[in-house]
Amino acid sequence: MGYMTKNSARTTGSMQVKRGLAEMLKGGVIMDVVNSEQAKIAEDAGAVAVMALERVPADIRRDGGVARMSDPEMIIAIQASVSVPVMAKARIGHFVEAQILQSLGVDFIDESEVLTPADETHHIDKLAFDTPFVCGATNLGEALRRISEGAALIRSKGEAGTGNVVEAVRHLRNIIGDIRKITQADSAELFEWAKKLGAPLPLVQEIAETGLLQVPLFCAGGIATPADAALAMQLGAQSVFVGSGIFKSDDPSPRAKAIVEATLHYMDADILAKVSRNLGAPMTGIGMDQINERYAERGW
Amino acid sequence: MALQGAFVAHEVMLQSLGANTVQVRTPQDLQLVDALVMPGGESTTMSHLLNTSQLFDPIAKRINDAMPVFGTCAGMILLAKSIADGRPDQCFFGAIDIDVQRNAYGRQVESFETDLTITGLETPFHAMFIRAPQVVRVGSDVEVLSSYEDKVVLARQGSVMVASFHPELTSDSRIHSLFLREV
Repeated sequence: MGYMTKNSARTTGSMQVKRGLAEMLKGGVIMDVVNSEQAKIAEDAGAVAVMALERVPADIRRDGGVARMSDPEMIIAIQASVSVPVMAKARIGHFVEAQILQSLGVDFIDESEVLTPADETHHIDKLAFDTPFVCGATNLGEALRRISEGAALIRSKGEAGTGNVVEAVRHLRNIIGDIRKITQADSAELFEWAKKLGAPLPLVQEIAETGLLQVPLFCAGGIATPADAALAMQLGAQSVFVGSGIFKSDDPSPRAKAIVEATLHYMDADILAKVSRNLGAPMTGIGMDQINERYAERGW
Repeated sequence: MALQGAFVAHEVMLQSLGANTVQVRTPQDLQLVDALVMPGGESTTMSHLLNTSQLFDPIAKRINDAMPVFGTCAGMILLAKSIADGRPDQCFFGAIDIDVQRNAYGRQVESFETDLTITGLETPFHAMFIRAPQVVRVGSDVEVLSSYEDKVVLARQGSVMVASFHPELTSDSRIHSLFLREV
Protein backbone atom coordinates (compact mmCIF):
# COMPACT_ATOMS: atom_id res chain seq x y z
CA MET A 1 0.00 0.00 0.00
CA GLY A 2 1.15 3.51 -0.70
CA TYR A 3 3.65 2.21 -3.25
CA MET A 4 4.10 4.65 -6.10
CA THR A 5 5.34 3.09 -9.29
CA LYS A 6 7.94 5.13 -11.11
CA ASN A 7 6.89 3.52 -14.37
CA SER A 8 4.45 5.48 -16.43
CA ALA A 9 1.53 3.72 -18.06
CA ARG A 10 1.91 1.99 -21.38
CA THR A 11 -0.30 2.62 -24.40
CA THR A 12 -0.87 -0.19 -26.87
CA GLY A 13 -2.44 -0.14 -30.32
CA SER A 14 -1.73 3.52 -31.11
CA MET A 15 -1.21 4.53 -34.73
CA GLN A 16 2.46 5.19 -34.00
CA VAL A 17 2.97 1.75 -32.51
CA LYS A 18 1.22 0.13 -35.48
CA ARG A 19 3.21 2.14 -38.01
CA GLY A 20 6.32 1.31 -35.99
CA LEU A 21 6.14 -2.35 -36.96
CA ALA A 22 5.71 -1.39 -40.63
CA GLU A 23 8.92 0.68 -40.30
CA MET A 24 10.75 -2.39 -38.97
CA LEU A 25 9.75 -4.42 -42.04
CA LYS A 26 11.32 -1.98 -44.51
CA GLY A 27 13.97 -3.23 -46.89
CA GLY A 28 12.69 -6.77 -46.52
CA VAL A 29 10.77 -9.57 -48.16
CA ILE A 30 7.46 -10.89 -46.80
CA MET A 31 6.76 -14.40 -48.07
CA ASP A 32 3.48 -16.30 -48.46
CA VAL A 33 3.64 -19.68 -46.71
CA VAL A 34 1.04 -22.42 -46.35
CA ASN A 35 2.64 -24.55 -43.60
CA SER A 36 5.39 -24.61 -40.95
CA GLU A 37 7.95 -26.17 -43.29
CA GLN A 38 7.58 -23.35 -45.79
CA ALA A 39 7.63 -20.80 -42.94
CA LYS A 40 10.97 -22.16 -41.76
CA ILE A 41 12.41 -22.11 -45.29
CA ALA A 42 11.27 -18.48 -45.54
CA GLU A 43 12.82 -17.51 -42.21
CA ASP A 44 16.06 -19.34 -43.06
CA ALA A 45 16.22 -17.43 -46.32
CA GLY A 46 16.00 -14.10 -44.47
CA ALA A 47 12.29 -13.19 -44.77
CA VAL A 48 11.34 -10.29 -42.47
CA ALA A 49 7.86 -11.74 -42.00
CA VAL A 50 5.64 -14.50 -43.34
CA MET A 51 2.05 -14.37 -44.57
CA ALA A 52 0.20 -17.46 -43.34
CA LEU A 53 -2.51 -18.64 -45.73
CA GLU A 54 -4.10 -21.90 -46.80
CA ARG A 55 -3.53 -21.52 -50.51
CA VAL A 56 -1.13 -19.23 -52.34
CA PRO A 57 -2.89 -16.88 -54.78
CA ALA A 58 -1.92 -18.99 -57.83
CA ASP A 59 -3.85 -21.92 -56.33
CA ILE A 60 -6.81 -19.75 -55.33
CA ARG A 61 -6.94 -18.58 -58.93
CA ARG A 62 -6.79 -22.17 -60.20
CA ASP A 63 -9.34 -23.61 -57.75
CA GLY A 64 -11.90 -20.81 -57.87
CA GLY A 65 -14.69 -20.85 -55.27
CA VAL A 66 -14.83 -18.62 -52.21
CA ALA A 67 -11.47 -17.86 -50.59
CA ARG A 68 -11.73 -17.14 -46.85
CA MET A 69 -9.54 -16.54 -43.79
CA SER A 70 -7.22 -19.50 -43.08
CA ASP A 71 -7.90 -22.13 -40.42
CA PRO A 72 -6.65 -20.74 -37.06
CA GLU A 73 -4.95 -24.08 -36.44
CA MET A 74 -2.53 -23.62 -39.33
CA ILE A 75 -1.88 -19.99 -38.36
CA ILE A 76 -1.03 -21.10 -34.81
CA ALA A 77 1.29 -23.81 -36.14
CA ILE A 78 3.14 -21.26 -38.25
CA GLN A 79 3.37 -18.82 -35.33
CA ALA A 80 4.97 -21.59 -33.27
CA SER A 81 7.52 -22.43 -35.94
CA VAL A 82 9.12 -19.02 -36.61
CA SER A 83 10.23 -15.95 -34.63
CA VAL A 84 9.63 -13.36 -37.35
CA PRO A 85 6.24 -11.56 -37.46
CA VAL A 86 3.34 -13.60 -38.81
CA MET A 87 0.68 -11.93 -40.96
CA ALA A 88 -2.64 -13.37 -42.08
CA LYS A 89 -5.41 -12.34 -44.46
CA ALA A 90 -9.01 -11.34 -43.76
CA ARG A 91 -11.61 -10.78 -46.46
CA ILE A 92 -12.34 -7.16 -47.43
CA GLY A 93 -14.98 -5.87 -45.01
CA HIS A 94 -15.00 -9.05 -42.90
CA PHE A 95 -14.32 -7.49 -39.52
CA VAL A 96 -15.13 -10.69 -37.65
CA GLU A 97 -12.34 -12.56 -39.43
CA ALA A 98 -10.13 -9.65 -38.39
CA GLN A 99 -11.31 -9.94 -34.77
CA ILE A 100 -10.38 -13.63 -34.85
CA LEU A 101 -6.95 -12.88 -36.31
CA GLN A 102 -6.34 -10.26 -33.62
CA SER A 103 -7.34 -12.76 -30.96
CA LEU A 104 -4.79 -15.22 -32.40
CA GLY A 105 -2.08 -12.58 -31.92
CA VAL A 106 -1.33 -12.23 -35.61
CA ASP A 107 1.21 -9.38 -35.98
CA PHE A 108 -0.31 -7.78 -39.11
CA ILE A 109 -3.73 -8.32 -40.70
CA ASP A 110 -3.90 -8.09 -44.49
CA GLU A 111 -7.38 -6.97 -45.57
CA SER A 112 -6.85 -8.63 -48.89
CA GLU A 113 -8.42 -8.59 -52.33
CA VAL A 114 -6.92 -12.05 -52.90
CA LEU A 115 -9.72 -13.44 -50.72
CA THR A 116 -13.35 -13.16 -51.85
CA PRO A 117 -14.74 -9.82 -50.57
CA ALA A 118 -17.32 -10.01 -47.77
CA ASP A 119 -18.61 -6.46 -48.24
CA GLU A 120 -18.87 -4.69 -51.57
CA THR A 121 -19.21 -1.20 -50.08
CA HIS A 122 -17.28 -1.01 -46.83
CA HIS A 123 -13.78 -1.86 -45.77
CA ILE A 124 -13.00 -2.81 -42.16
CA ASP A 125 -12.84 0.05 -39.65
CA LYS A 126 -9.20 -0.60 -38.88
CA LEU A 127 -9.00 2.10 -36.22
CA ALA A 128 -11.08 -0.17 -33.99
CA PHE A 129 -8.23 -2.72 -33.76
CA ASP A 130 -4.94 -2.83 -31.83
CA THR A 131 -3.39 -5.07 -34.48
CA PRO A 132 -2.00 -3.13 -37.46
CA PHE A 133 -3.49 -3.61 -40.94
CA VAL A 134 -1.96 -3.68 -44.39
CA CYS A 135 -4.21 -2.98 -47.38
CA GLY A 136 -3.72 -3.10 -51.11
CA ALA A 137 -4.11 -0.12 -53.45
CA THR A 138 -3.99 0.40 -57.20
CA ASN A 139 -3.80 4.18 -57.00
CA LEU A 140 -3.24 7.01 -54.54
CA GLY A 141 -6.94 7.60 -53.86
CA GLU A 142 -7.42 4.00 -52.78
CA ALA A 143 -4.27 4.18 -50.65
CA LEU A 144 -5.48 7.33 -48.87
CA ARG A 145 -8.95 5.91 -48.25
CA ARG A 146 -7.35 2.87 -46.62
CA ILE A 147 -5.06 5.11 -44.55
CA SER A 148 -8.04 7.16 -43.39
CA GLU A 149 -9.69 3.90 -42.26
CA GLY A 150 -6.58 3.15 -40.18
CA ALA A 151 -4.23 1.08 -42.38
CA ALA A 152 -0.64 1.22 -41.05
CA LEU A 153 0.90 -0.04 -44.27
CA ILE A 154 -0.05 0.09 -47.96
CA ARG A 155 1.01 -2.38 -50.61
CA SER A 156 0.50 -1.85 -54.28
CA LYS A 157 -1.87 -4.63 -55.34
CA GLY A 158 -0.39 -5.87 -58.57
CA GLU A 159 -2.17 -8.98 -59.78
CA ALA A 160 -1.63 -11.77 -57.28
CA GLY A 161 -0.98 -15.33 -58.40
CA THR A 162 0.10 -14.42 -61.93
CA GLY A 163 3.89 -14.29 -61.64
CA ASN A 164 3.56 -11.25 -63.88
CA VAL A 165 4.96 -7.98 -62.54
CA VAL A 166 3.22 -5.69 -65.03
CA GLU A 167 0.30 -4.71 -62.77
CA ALA A 168 2.54 -4.17 -59.74
CA VAL A 169 4.57 -1.73 -61.82
CA ARG A 170 1.42 0.04 -63.02
CA HIS A 171 0.09 0.45 -59.48
CA LEU A 172 3.38 1.60 -57.99
CA ARG A 173 3.81 4.14 -60.77
CA ASN A 174 0.22 5.32 -60.25
CA ILE A 175 0.74 5.91 -56.55
CA ILE A 176 4.23 7.36 -56.63
CA GLY A 177 3.59 9.39 -59.78
CA ASP A 178 0.56 11.09 -58.22
CA ILE A 179 2.49 11.83 -55.03
CA ARG A 180 5.14 13.51 -57.16
CA LYS A 181 2.52 15.59 -59.01
CA ILE A 182 0.82 16.65 -55.78
CA THR A 183 4.04 18.05 -54.41
CA GLN A 184 4.03 20.42 -57.43
CA ALA A 185 0.39 21.47 -57.03
CA ASP A 186 -0.59 24.83 -55.54
CA SER A 187 -2.97 25.04 -52.57
CA ALA A 188 -6.08 25.59 -54.76
CA GLU A 189 -5.27 22.56 -56.91
CA LEU A 190 -5.15 20.33 -53.83
CA PHE A 191 -8.96 20.59 -53.47
CA GLU A 192 -9.33 19.24 -57.00
CA TRP A 193 -6.81 16.49 -56.25
CA ALA A 194 -8.77 15.42 -53.17
CA LYS A 195 -12.00 15.35 -55.21
CA LYS A 196 -10.41 13.45 -58.08
CA LEU A 197 -8.79 10.88 -55.80
CA GLY A 198 -11.85 10.51 -53.57
CA ALA A 199 -9.49 11.05 -50.65
CA PRO A 200 -9.65 13.20 -47.50
CA LEU A 201 -8.30 16.71 -48.18
CA PRO A 202 -6.06 16.85 -45.05
CA LEU A 203 -4.20 13.73 -46.20
CA VAL A 204 -3.68 15.23 -49.66
CA GLN A 205 -2.41 18.48 -48.11
CA GLU A 206 -0.02 16.52 -45.92
CA ILE A 207 1.43 14.76 -48.97
CA ALA A 208 1.86 18.11 -50.71
CA GLU A 209 3.93 19.24 -47.75
CA THR A 210 6.03 16.13 -47.06
CA GLY A 211 6.17 14.46 -50.48
CA LEU A 212 5.58 11.16 -48.69
CA LEU A 213 2.74 8.75 -48.13
CA GLN A 214 1.68 8.76 -44.44
CA VAL A 215 2.61 5.09 -44.00
CA PRO A 216 5.23 2.85 -45.62
CA LEU A 217 4.54 1.67 -49.20
CA PHE A 218 5.41 -1.91 -50.11
CA CYS A 219 4.86 -3.78 -53.38
CA ALA A 220 2.91 -7.01 -53.97
CA GLY A 221 1.32 -9.05 -56.71
CA GLY A 222 3.36 -10.77 -59.41
CA ILE A 223 6.96 -10.66 -58.17
CA ALA A 224 8.69 -13.86 -59.28
CA THR A 225 12.40 -13.07 -59.72
CA PRO A 226 15.19 -11.15 -57.94
CA ALA A 227 15.07 -8.64 -60.80
CA ASP A 228 11.32 -8.12 -60.21
CA ALA A 229 12.00 -7.36 -56.55
CA ALA A 230 14.77 -4.89 -57.40
CA LEU A 231 12.51 -3.25 -60.01
CA ALA A 232 9.84 -2.65 -57.38
CA MET A 233 12.44 -1.20 -54.99
CA GLN A 234 13.96 1.07 -57.65
CA LEU A 235 10.49 2.33 -58.51
CA GLY A 236 10.09 3.39 -54.87
CA ALA A 237 8.62 0.45 -52.95
CA GLN A 238 10.13 0.06 -49.48
CA SER A 239 9.75 -3.75 -49.23
CA VAL A 240 8.23 -6.53 -51.30
CA PHE A 241 5.61 -9.20 -50.71
CA VAL A 242 6.26 -12.39 -52.64
CA GLY A 243 3.29 -14.72 -52.82
CA SER A 244 3.21 -17.58 -55.27
CA GLY A 245 6.58 -16.57 -56.77
CA ILE A 246 8.69 -18.53 -54.29
CA PHE A 247 6.85 -21.72 -53.46
CA LYS A 248 5.45 -22.15 -56.99
CA SER A 249 8.98 -22.11 -58.45
CA ASP A 250 11.15 -25.17 -59.05
CA ASP A 251 13.51 -24.65 -56.15
CA PRO A 252 12.05 -22.32 -53.48
CA SER A 253 14.93 -21.94 -51.00
CA PRO A 254 17.65 -20.52 -53.31
CA ARG A 255 15.06 -18.33 -55.02
CA ALA A 256 13.88 -17.00 -51.64
CA LYS A 257 17.46 -16.17 -50.63
CA ALA A 258 18.18 -14.53 -53.96
CA ILE A 259 15.07 -12.33 -53.72
CA VAL A 260 16.11 -11.26 -50.19
CA GLU A 261 19.56 -10.28 -51.43
CA ALA A 262 18.14 -8.51 -54.46
CA THR A 263 15.84 -6.46 -52.21
CA LEU A 264 18.83 -5.33 -50.16
CA HIS A 265 21.23 -4.66 -53.05
CA TYR A 266 18.53 -3.39 -55.41
CA MET A 267 20.74 -0.62 -56.80
CA ASP A 268 23.76 -2.86 -57.47
CA ALA A 269 23.47 -4.57 -60.87
CA ASP A 270 26.64 -6.62 -60.29
CA ILE A 271 25.16 -8.23 -57.20
CA LEU A 272 21.79 -8.66 -58.95
CA ALA A 273 23.55 -10.47 -61.80
CA LYS A 274 25.29 -12.73 -59.30
CA VAL A 275 22.22 -13.67 -57.26
CA SER A 276 20.03 -14.21 -60.36
CA ARG A 277 22.15 -17.10 -61.62
CA ASN A 278 21.11 -20.77 -61.53
CA LEU A 279 17.83 -20.42 -59.70
CA GLY A 280 15.93 -22.99 -61.75
CA ALA A 281 12.64 -22.19 -63.42
CA PRO A 282 10.52 -19.41 -61.93
CA MET A 283 6.75 -19.93 -61.70
CA THR A 284 5.36 -20.08 -65.23
CA GLY A 285 3.17 -17.03 -64.90
CA ILE A 286 0.21 -15.85 -66.95
CA GLY A 287 -0.57 -12.88 -69.14
CA MET A 288 -3.23 -10.39 -68.09
CA ASP A 289 -5.35 -11.29 -71.14
CA GLN A 290 -5.48 -14.92 -69.99
CA ILE A 291 -7.09 -14.32 -66.61
CA ASN A 292 -10.83 -14.05 -66.18
CA GLU A 293 -10.84 -12.27 -62.83
CA ARG A 294 -8.74 -9.35 -61.74
CA TYR A 295 -8.31 -9.36 -57.97
CA ALA A 296 -6.98 -5.79 -58.10
CA GLU A 297 -10.49 -4.56 -59.01
CA ARG A 298 -11.76 -5.71 -55.62
CA GLY A 299 -11.68 -2.88 -53.09
CA TRP A 300 -13.52 0.42 -53.14
CA MET B 1 23.92 -0.23 -41.16
CA ALA B 2 21.33 -0.38 -43.93
CA LEU B 3 20.82 -4.13 -44.38
CA GLN B 4 17.15 -3.96 -43.40
CA GLY B 5 14.76 -2.15 -41.09
CA ALA B 6 14.29 1.44 -39.91
CA PHE B 7 17.65 2.81 -41.04
CA VAL B 8 16.18 5.78 -42.90
CA ALA B 9 14.53 7.07 -39.71
CA HIS B 10 17.93 6.98 -37.96
CA GLU B 11 19.53 8.68 -40.92
CA VAL B 12 17.01 11.53 -40.91
CA MET B 13 17.54 12.06 -37.18
CA LEU B 14 21.36 11.99 -37.38
CA GLN B 15 21.27 14.43 -40.29
CA SER B 16 19.02 16.78 -38.30
CA LEU B 17 21.82 16.84 -35.70
CA GLY B 18 24.37 17.84 -38.33
CA ALA B 19 25.98 14.42 -38.88
CA ASN B 20 26.93 13.16 -42.34
CA THR B 21 25.51 9.72 -43.02
CA VAL B 22 26.28 6.79 -45.31
CA GLN B 23 24.04 3.73 -45.80
CA VAL B 24 26.29 0.77 -45.06
CA ARG B 25 25.50 -2.33 -47.14
CA THR B 26 28.98 -3.52 -48.12
CA PRO B 27 32.49 -3.65 -46.54
CA GLN B 28 33.44 -0.72 -48.81
CA ASP B 29 30.65 1.42 -47.32
CA LEU B 30 31.86 0.58 -43.82
CA GLN B 31 35.26 2.14 -44.51
CA LEU B 32 33.56 5.51 -45.00
CA VAL B 33 32.08 5.80 -41.49
CA ASP B 34 33.41 6.77 -38.03
CA ALA B 35 30.47 5.32 -36.13
CA LEU B 36 27.68 2.85 -36.86
CA VAL B 37 23.99 2.69 -35.98
CA MET B 38 22.33 -0.74 -36.05
CA PRO B 39 18.63 -0.07 -36.54
CA GLY B 40 15.48 -1.90 -35.54
CA GLY B 41 14.16 -4.52 -37.91
CA GLU B 42 14.29 -8.29 -37.88
CA SER B 43 17.46 -9.55 -36.19
CA THR B 44 17.27 -12.96 -37.93
CA THR B 45 17.17 -11.24 -41.33
CA MET B 46 20.04 -8.89 -40.44
CA SER B 47 22.09 -11.77 -39.10
CA HIS B 48 21.57 -13.63 -42.39
CA LEU B 49 22.47 -10.54 -44.43
CA LEU B 50 25.57 -9.75 -42.34
CA ASN B 51 26.93 -13.05 -43.59
CA THR B 52 25.81 -12.88 -47.21
CA SER B 53 27.14 -9.31 -47.49
CA GLN B 54 30.50 -10.23 -45.90
CA LEU B 55 29.96 -7.48 -43.33
CA PHE B 56 30.15 -9.45 -40.08
CA ASP B 57 33.92 -9.75 -39.72
CA PRO B 58 34.77 -6.18 -40.79
CA ILE B 59 32.17 -4.76 -38.37
CA ALA B 60 33.40 -7.01 -35.53
CA LYS B 61 36.92 -5.75 -36.14
CA ARG B 62 35.85 -2.09 -36.14
CA ILE B 63 33.90 -2.59 -32.89
CA ASN B 64 36.99 -4.19 -31.42
CA ASP B 65 38.94 -1.08 -32.46
CA ALA B 66 36.46 1.02 -30.43
CA MET B 67 34.28 2.36 -33.25
CA PRO B 68 31.19 3.87 -31.52
CA VAL B 69 28.08 1.74 -32.17
CA PHE B 70 24.44 2.35 -31.26
CA GLY B 71 22.00 -0.54 -31.55
CA THR B 72 18.23 -0.14 -31.22
CA CYS B 73 15.91 -3.13 -30.76
CA ALA B 74 17.20 -5.67 -33.34
CA GLY B 75 20.48 -3.72 -33.25
CA MET B 76 20.67 -4.29 -29.49
CA ILE B 77 20.17 -8.02 -30.03
CA LEU B 78 23.06 -8.08 -32.53
CA LEU B 79 25.37 -6.32 -30.03
CA ALA B 80 24.53 -8.48 -26.98
CA LYS B 81 26.75 -11.12 -25.41
CA SER B 82 24.09 -13.80 -25.64
CA ILE B 83 20.57 -14.24 -27.01
CA ALA B 84 18.25 -16.30 -24.82
CA ASP B 85 16.03 -17.62 -27.60
CA GLY B 86 17.89 -16.79 -30.79
CA ARG B 87 18.20 -19.13 -33.73
CA PRO B 88 21.19 -21.45 -33.37
CA ASP B 89 22.78 -19.99 -36.51
CA GLN B 90 22.12 -16.36 -35.55
CA CYS B 91 25.30 -14.30 -35.47
CA PHE B 92 25.91 -11.46 -33.01
CA PHE B 93 28.83 -9.31 -31.91
CA GLY B 94 29.02 -9.79 -28.14
CA ALA B 95 30.06 -6.14 -27.88
CA ILE B 96 28.21 -5.27 -24.66
CA ASP B 97 27.97 -7.44 -21.55
CA ILE B 98 24.21 -8.06 -21.55
CA ASP B 99 22.00 -11.06 -22.32
CA VAL B 100 18.77 -10.43 -24.20
CA GLN B 101 15.58 -12.26 -24.89
CA ARG B 102 13.90 -11.64 -28.25
CA ASN B 103 10.26 -10.52 -28.55
CA ALA B 104 10.04 -10.72 -24.76
CA TYR B 105 7.13 -8.32 -24.47
CA GLY B 106 5.00 -10.52 -26.73
CA ARG B 107 3.50 -10.15 -30.17
CA GLN B 108 2.64 -6.90 -31.94
CA VAL B 109 -0.64 -6.37 -30.02
CA GLU B 110 1.54 -6.03 -26.90
CA SER B 111 3.80 -3.40 -28.50
CA PHE B 112 3.47 -0.10 -26.64
CA GLU B 113 4.60 3.47 -26.05
CA THR B 114 5.46 4.98 -22.70
CA ASP B 115 7.53 7.71 -20.99
CA LEU B 116 11.01 6.86 -19.70
CA THR B 117 13.25 8.59 -17.20
CA ILE B 118 16.75 8.69 -18.66
CA THR B 119 20.03 9.57 -16.92
CA GLY B 120 21.31 12.86 -18.31
CA LEU B 121 17.96 14.01 -19.73
CA GLU B 122 15.97 16.54 -17.72
CA THR B 123 12.50 15.56 -18.91
CA PRO B 124 11.00 12.14 -19.73
CA PHE B 125 11.62 10.55 -23.13
CA HIS B 126 8.63 9.17 -25.02
CA ALA B 127 9.60 5.70 -26.23
CA MET B 128 8.17 3.16 -28.68
CA PHE B 129 8.62 -0.54 -27.88
CA ILE B 130 7.85 -2.64 -31.00
CA ARG B 131 7.99 -6.42 -30.41
CA ALA B 132 10.85 -5.40 -28.19
CA PRO B 133 13.62 -7.54 -26.74
CA GLN B 134 14.30 -7.55 -23.00
CA VAL B 135 17.65 -7.35 -21.24
CA VAL B 136 17.69 -10.38 -18.91
CA ARG B 137 21.22 -9.95 -17.49
CA VAL B 138 23.48 -6.91 -17.13
CA GLY B 139 27.23 -7.14 -16.53
CA SER B 140 28.82 -5.03 -13.78
CA ASP B 141 30.74 -2.86 -16.27
CA VAL B 142 27.59 -1.78 -18.06
CA GLU B 143 26.25 1.70 -17.30
CA VAL B 144 22.46 1.62 -17.05
CA LEU B 145 20.89 4.81 -18.42
CA SER B 146 17.24 3.84 -18.12
CA SER B 147 15.01 1.05 -16.86
CA TYR B 148 11.33 0.29 -17.31
CA GLU B 149 9.47 -2.13 -15.06
CA ASP B 150 12.78 -3.31 -13.58
CA LYS B 151 14.25 -4.13 -16.99
CA VAL B 152 17.17 -2.21 -18.47
CA VAL B 153 16.04 -0.43 -21.65
CA LEU B 154 19.00 1.90 -22.36
CA ALA B 155 22.61 1.09 -21.50
CA ARG B 156 26.20 1.86 -22.43
CA GLN B 157 29.55 0.15 -22.12
CA GLY B 158 32.58 1.95 -23.53
CA SER B 159 31.75 3.03 -27.07
CA VAL B 160 28.71 0.73 -27.36
CA MET B 161 25.21 2.00 -26.60
CA VAL B 162 22.00 -0.06 -26.83
CA ALA B 163 18.26 0.61 -26.53
CA SER B 164 15.44 -1.93 -26.54
CA PHE B 165 13.09 0.79 -27.82
CA HIS B 166 13.07 3.06 -30.90
CA PRO B 167 14.29 6.63 -30.37
CA GLU B 168 14.34 7.01 -34.18
CA LEU B 169 10.55 6.71 -34.40
CA THR B 170 9.86 9.91 -32.46
CA SER B 171 10.87 13.48 -33.20
CA ASP B 172 12.98 13.64 -30.01
CA SER B 173 16.66 13.50 -30.95
CA ARG B 174 18.16 13.68 -27.43
CA ILE B 175 19.30 10.05 -27.31
CA HIS B 176 20.95 10.34 -30.72
CA SER B 177 22.72 13.44 -29.36
CA LEU B 178 24.02 11.39 -26.44
CA PHE B 179 25.42 8.89 -28.92
CA LEU B 180 26.98 11.52 -31.19
CA ARG B 181 28.91 12.90 -28.21
CA GLU B 182 30.90 9.64 -28.27
CA VAL B 183 31.83 10.08 -31.91
